[in-house]
Order: sequence, then structure tokens, then C-alpha cells
Amino acid sequence: MDKKGFLEKPGIGKKLLAIFCCVLGVMLVAEFFIHKHSFFAWEEWPWFHAAFGFVAFVVLILAAKYILRPLIERKEDYYDD
Amino acid sequence: MMINTVPPVAIFIVGALLIPFLKGRLQSVFLLALPVIGFINLINIPEGSHWVVSFLDYNLVLGKVDRLSLVFGYIYHIIAFIALLFALHLKDNLQHMAAVIYAGAALGIVFAGDLITLFIFWEVMAIAATYLIWARKTKLSYGAGLRYLLVHLFGGLCLLAGIIIHAHTTGSTEFGFMGLNGLGSWLIFIGFGINCAWPGLHPWLTDAYPETTATGAVFMWTFTTKTAIYVLARGFPGTELLIWIGAIMTVFPIFFAVIENNLRRVLSYSLINQLGFMVCGIGIGTQLSLNGTVSHAFCHILYKALLVMSMGAVLHRTGKINCTDLGGLYKSMPLTALFCMVGAASISAFPLFNGFVSKSMVFEAAALGGFVIPWFLLLFASVGVLEHAGIKVPYYAFFAHDRGIRTKEAPTNMLLAMGIAAFLCVFIGVFPGPLYSILPYPVVFEPYSASHVVTTCQLLFFGALAYVLLTLAGVFPSEKRALNLDADWFYRKGANALAWFVLNPVTGLVTRINRAVFDLLPSFLIWFGKNPPAALKISADMVVYNLTSRDEDARRLEKERAIYPRDLLYPWSIGAAVSFVLVFLLLYLVLYYWRGT
Repeated sequence: MDKKGFLEKPGIGKKLLAIFCCVLGVMLVAEFFIHKHSFFAWEEWPWFHAAFGFVAFVVLILAAKYILRPLIERKEDYYDD
Repeated sequence: MMINTVPPVAIFIVGALLIPFLKGRLQSVFLLALPVIGFINLINIPEGSHWVVSFLDYNLVLGKVDRLSLVFGYIYHIIAFIALLFALHLKDNLQHMAAVIYAGAALGIVFAGDLITLFIFWEVMAIAATYLIWARKTKLSYGAGLRYLLVHLFGGLCLLAGIIIHAHTTGSTEFGFMGLNGLGSWLIFIGFGINCAWPGLHPWLTDAYPETTATGAVFMWTFTTKTAIYVLARGFPGTELLIWIGAIMTVFPIFFAVIENNLRRVLSYSLINQLGFMVCGIGIGTQLSLNGTVSHAFCHILYKALLVMSMGAVLHRTGKINCTDLGGLYKSMPLTALFCMVGAASISAFPLFNGFVSKSMVFEAAALGGFVIPWFLLLFASVGVLEHAGIKVPYYAFFAHDRGIRTKEAPTNMLLAMGIAAFLCVFIGVFPGPLYSILPYPVVFEPYSASHVVTTCQLLFFGALAYVLLTLAGVFPSEKRALNLDADWFYRKGANALAWFVLNPVTGLVTRINRAVFDLLPSFLIWFGKNPPAALKISADMVVYNLTSRDEDARRLEKERAIYPRDLLYPWSIGAAVSFVLVFLLLYLVLYYWRGT
């Protein structure tokens, strides 16, 4: 009786991933067809924002998972005393 | 000339008092009419200072209306309408009253022209908000509400002390630009900062907000913190310290949000992060940056309310809010999922959504001011927003693992409220003109340049790529039932330590002092007073016995004690008495001449 959601259809994951990769490609290429309006020198470097976005995300996840979580994680009933 | 307008706060306070007299459909209509009447009243008030009331030696100004206060006034009315619509199904007069008073008090602060009026509504706001936490009626919400109240009462006292000192030194209670000069302004600054959830002063927010009711949350997430942004923008624009406070605010919560399980707590960290952009704009203090702050506050109120409402709808329907309990809800609640994703895209600042047209002003102001490190921190934080609010919140609630929860779509009133907010997020994102036209300063800013669109998309899409790759590699942190410590640890555990300290060492010491002063000392004095010379003799003999330990000394001491208060020498011979007197006279004589030389 439980109907399948559209995300559970077979092959949908691959299709979405393919679309996503196309968008990424367009973003990278588009940069060379526009006039860049920059305030800092490093913004002129090709694909600066793409690289920054990727690296920042990875750094954020790794730092939160491997540094912050071990430091501050407690059991859910930590304050119940 | 004013035509029959009243202070904006009055409509809400009087309205709140009428709520319990109305029932059913009439009450619903009344609740929705309140912000509409308020809005019509607001747009008819001309700029300037109105409703000046004399109080002791001071003037209370209930209506300081200029372009800065007006923007906040507009958005507060809009969000009050949306939030009341979202809460319309609720049959709880007290909660409705608290919410309306809360909104009214926030308006009271925004239009306050003097510090006394500001302080009064500041306290009203804290109390009304506390009630919205307690209204959840759980043990957790009771504790969180109590801590919320204590922190805000402390903040209120800071503010009051600051206002008194400021009024005393400057002789004026007018609320305008202050800047940091002297103790009074510093205390006011810190009082504002507590409500603004500055780093270290923030844990009341992440502690209490997730414990509010599903509907009260919309009010909570809006008023207290944005009112703090307003007062900082009015009193302390261009204070460079704020650039750094703001930049840190944008960055530190994003790490906490990554590992947090409770989605409303994720949104609490997200709130601090967003406030950081606004605080930073206030610190930069240029026309562009202040426009950025105000427009970001305006847009933020809408998309954050949208996200909070979508999570409120989930909580309302499922009773669950943790990542570890949710997932797959897009099947049961497709519209709520859609609205949540609009909110997520807006907060992440994707082009065509309202976050894009406001956040970029703060960025450009930071770049123009040459603030390199803050600029990098803000950029880093923008990627963090994408992670927790853009991806995590919608993904874990509506997609992720299907936990088999089958429920109904949110009630109509909730859907309508979310729909209006979502529409405004997209409308402002596509047509920023109307928003720009009400900002405090003239806007010469074009968000939709090709360069800006492409660089923003690169940042966000490649951040998303990192998410996809980390997930496929199994590195992305899995959701986990756990409690993560934050700075509230200091007062939550600190309070226990204080309680132990008071109950054990302090109480013990006080008991001993009590016994010494009220028990041992008086009984000794009574004993001593019965025959002082004999008592002295006994004391001396005790010393002697302790030194020598001879049996004969012990026997004498025992004998003296047995016959006390009579003594062994009694009665003294006259000769002995005269000798004593002579000795004292001699001492007196020596002292007299020694002092005289």
C-alpha cells in the first residue's frame, strides 16, 4: 500500500548525479565568458570560488567530525542529575 | 500631521488583552487582523518623534520613526501575520497572548526614542519569550525557560546599569548613536550583545530555542535577536570590534551545526551564524554595509521563519525533531518539504532567492573596507550555511533514510503561512527593488551581475560537490544520538558546583561561626564572670599542667575546678591585696613617665 517516492525509482540517483555534474561543468566554463568583477587579487585566479567552496566544505566537515565531536560529545542524559 | 495613529506597540498590547474574550473563528479573524491594522497604522505615521510622555525628569518617546526603525517595523508586522497564521489552529489563549505581547514589545523597542522606554520593553520581551518556552510544558522546556529567563534578567541588569550611568554622565536618556565611550556605553553594549548571542554569550539561544513550542518558535527566532541587531545598528554603527565579533559569530556555530542531531538546534546555530553577517555589517559602518545589515535582517526573518515553520510542521505532525528519528517525510509532507527547500536555498544565498540579494551587500562592504580576514571568514561561513541549513535540514527531515513515518501534510493554516513566506523569499530574490527602496540609505548596488552570479554558484555548487563526494566516501558524519556541550556547560555544571559549595563548605563554616558566637562565647563569658581571678588562675594552671604534665599540677587543677566559682586563695589576705594595688600603681607610674618623655 505504500507507494514508492520518486527518489526510490531505480537509476534516479545516477540521473541526478549526471545533471549535477553538467551544472558543475557549466559553472566552470561560464567563468571564461564573463567579465570578472573582483575586489582582491586572488578573486582573479581561475576557479577561485569553486576551489574555495570545495576545500572549505571538506575542512569544515573534517574539523567538526574529527576535532570538535570527540571534544564535546556526551550522552543524551548528560545533564539529567 | 498625524491622523488618529497610535504607537505601534499599543495595538499589539491592547489586542493581546482582548484575546481571552474572543472565541473560535472570531478569535482567529481578530488575531490575523491585529498585524494588518498595525501595518495600516504604521504606514500612516509620518517620520519624526511622536508620543512624548513626561516621566519624572525624563521624556519617554514611544514613536521615533525614521527609515531605520520603519524597515524593522514593516518586517515585524509581516512576520507577526505569518507567525499568527501558522499558530492559528492552536487553542491556547495564553500562548497567543504571550506571542502578541512579544511582537508588541519588539515593536516598542524598535520605535523607542529613549533608553527608559527601550529598557521597559526589553524586559517585557524577555518575560513573554520565557512563557513561549514554558508553554511546551515539558521538563526540558521548564529548565531551558528558567535558564533563558535568568540569562536575560542578567542582560537586562547590565543594560539598566549602563543606562543609569549613561543618563547620569550625559544627562540625557535619548537613544541614538552612542559608540563605545565610558563604562555606561560598554554595559549597554554588553546588554545588547547578550540578546544578540555574541560568542560566549550565546548558549541561552541554542539551549532554549529548540525547546519552544512548534508555533512559538517562529516568534522566538525572529524578535529577540533582530531587535538586538536593530539597537546595535542604531547605537553602535562603525564600532570596529563588531566586525570581529560578527565574523567569529558566522564561523564558530557552523562546526557545531555539522554534528548536531536536533534539527531545531541546527537552526539555532544557523541563527547565530546569520546574525554574524549582520553584526559584521554594523561594525563596518558604511552606508552600504548598514543597508546590507538591515536588508539581511529583513530577508533572514523571512527565510529563517520559513525553515523554522517547516520544522515546526514536522514536529507538529510527527512529534520528532532529531535527524536520527526523521527521514523520508517528502512522501507524506511534499509541500512542507518544498517550502523547506525554498528556505534552504534562500539562506544559502542561491541566486533568485532573497539571501542572495542581501548577503552580498555585506560582502561587498567588507571587501571595499579592505577587511581581508573577516572577508575570508564570511566566505568560509557561507559554505557552512550551505552545509547545515541548505543541505542538512531538508535532507535529514524529508529525504535521507525513510524511517517509515507516514503522517498527514501540515494543516492548511501552516501551509498558507509557509507559502506566504516562501513566496516573499522568491519574490524579493527576483525583484529586490522594493526591498532596496525601503532601506535606510540610497542603494547603488546591483546583485545580479554575471560575475557575482557565477562566483556564488561556483562556491555553492562545489561545496555541494564536496558533500556528495564525502557522503559517497562514507566520511560525512553520520547522525548520532548525543548531546554536544556548549558554553552553557559553565553555568549548568557551575550551578551544581555552586549548590554543592553552598551546601557543604559554606554551610559548615556558618554553623561553626554560629556555634562559636551564640553558644560557646556567651557560656564562657558567664563562667568567667563568676570569679575572674579564679578563672584566670585555672587558665594559668591549665597552661602549666600542659607544659609539665605533673600529677600534682593535675590534682590542683581538678581541685580548683571542683570548687569554682569559689577559689583556693579565698579569702585573700589584706597584705596580698595591698601588694597587688601597689604593683598596679607602680606600673601606672612607669607608664606615665615613659609616655611623658
